[in-house]
Amino acid sequence: MSGASPTADLERIAREIRFRLVRMSHAAGTPHLASALSCVDILVAAYWNVLRLDPSKPDDPDRDRFILSKGHAATALYATLAARGFFPETWLDTFARHGSRLAEQPAPGCAPGVELATGSLGHGLPVGLGMALAALIQKRKHRVFVLMSDGECNEGTVWEAALFAPNRQTERLTVIVDYNKWQATGRSDEVMALPSLPKKWEAFGWNACEVDGHDVAALTRAMESLSDDGRPKAIIANTIKGRGISFMQDDNNWHYRVPNAEEVSAAEKELGLK
Amino acid sequence: MRNAFAREITRLAKGDERIVLLAADIGNKLFDDFKLKCPGRFFNCGVAEANMIGMAAGMALSGLRPVCYTIAPFITYRCLEQIRVDVCYHHVPVVLVGTGSGLAYASLGATHHSCEEMGMLRLLPHLAVVAPGDSFEVTAATRAAVGHADPVYIRIGKKDEPVVHASEPPFAIGKAIRVRGGRDVCFLSNGAMLPVVIAAADLLVKEGLSPEIHSFHTVKPLDETTLHDLFPRHRIVATVEEHGIAGGLGGSVAEWLADHPFPNAALLRFGTSGDFWHETGEQEHAREHFGLTAPAIAARVKSALASVP
Repeated sequence: MSGASPTADLERIAREIRFRLVRMSHAAGTPHLASALSCVDILVAAYWNVLRLDPSKPDDPDRDRFILSKGHAATALYATLAARGFFPETWLDTFARHGSRLAEQPAPGCAPGVELATGSLGHGLPVGLGMALAALIQKRKHRVFVLMSDGECNEGTVWEAALFAPNRQTERLTVIVDYNKWQATGRSDEVMALPSLPKKWEAFGWNACEVDGHDVAALTRAMESLSDDGRPKAIIANTIKGRGISFMQDDNNWHYRVPNAEEVSAAEKELGLK
Repeated sequence: MRNAFAREITRLAKGDERIVLLAADIGNKLFDDFKLKCPGRFFNCGVAEANMIGMAAGMALSGLRPVCYTIAPFITYRCLEQIRVDVCYHHVPVVLVGTGSGLAYASLGATHHSCEEMGMLRLLPHLAVVAPGDSFEVTAATRAAVGHADPVYIRIGKKDEPVVHASEPPFAIGKAIRVRGGRDVCFLSNGAMLPVVIAAADLLVKEGLSPEIHSFHTVKPLDETTLHDLFPRHRIVATVEEHGIAGGLGGSVAEWLADHPFPNAALLRFGTSGDFWHETGEQEHAREHFGLTAPAIAARVKSALASVP
């Protein structure tokens, strides 16, 4: 179950997960590495400090739900779940290989702890909202967290769900936007008018806040403090795409680039794991 | 038909707390009784159909039995990807009810017609596609769908359609209902065309012919047992639907025939042409335009019978 872990331990866990993502991308030749690196600290805060989960009971109806709506960052979810004990770390070595349970983007029921098959953007929030409403109907107390990308906020369904949720006592629903300021082909603030993201969610009736998306303690506080007035919560997490590896940070080429062996080695050194 | 659905879903939900009804800003007063008897389990989702389907999938993943309801084109075309990914890919038992289907809302223009949606939906894995023939069948289909392990799309008309059956017939998804036995031609009627097909058959009886009629409500899964039985016994099998002749019942039977040829039987498909209906008018005018009236159907069958051996 949850319980805040010492910050130093989590900082090391986050570095180890980051290196794992680099190796998974290298071994499988898969893109979206920078998108995965961007949200590692959010996942660490959620899975080590916030979520009420028992890795040995992944189907417990009272578990908190965490939906990775930005399915292209699947490596970050897989590595987190493995490190948290939902399945053996050896599964990560099979990532994206023919016959593996862990595909480039999560399939339904592919591994313990994976709540939803994602990959097409804009699906996680409506489904997560449905789960939060189900909890209300069933009189359960669990919470639902949905992690989205900023590019994902282009999708109309995000705003349909955003309009619907605040009227329905959905204070146990929390959206976290991984606001790394890039989408696949450009600056997210330029492709669509995304600036003032917290104000947009506020205007839709949400309890919105802005945090440093790489500060595990701040993320933990934001995720733990739910509204007391029935409003759902939107956490705009300011992040850096490719975070943790200097030559990937804020360089959108790493949306699609795959690291070579030298780059893997350089990343290991930068992450202080060598 | 919509009243039959509202009555039955209310009755079922009273006895099953897993049933949740979601509607997209439609059905004013239609669900008042549901709201009264099942408080907290009705959601007016607003004019936001894609979100409605996603929410329903989330509810189904949590063990509930959500039923979504709105006008047929909006619950299908508008949110096809949500149906495909959230519902079908996750293989959850969500029931989708499309009201005013086919040409029922002819006067509102082609934005409100649905003459392609069964073809689109039947291609999606796991999803059953059902178009009941009258309000008794709607009641039975609603109950069958809520008890079905897979997701189901039910396509219904609006209100005051003629009732065909004297009481609720035995009903199963994927099993056609024989309405009348006969020899020369076999009608497979889909959805609200059933009373028109019966009227067409009555005209042929006056000509001394013996038509058979099935309410072939389920387009997917296709009732192959019934098809195997009836094709050898008839010179002509005629599918009739308020839907394009491609993709729906006629299209499904034509595909099936390609794998199971019956050289002595011809398939005649009645449906819309594949174009929008651009005129102004009511359902009867739209049906007339597409040859979906009893006299037009009877005349085409008669002439086809004259030309087959």
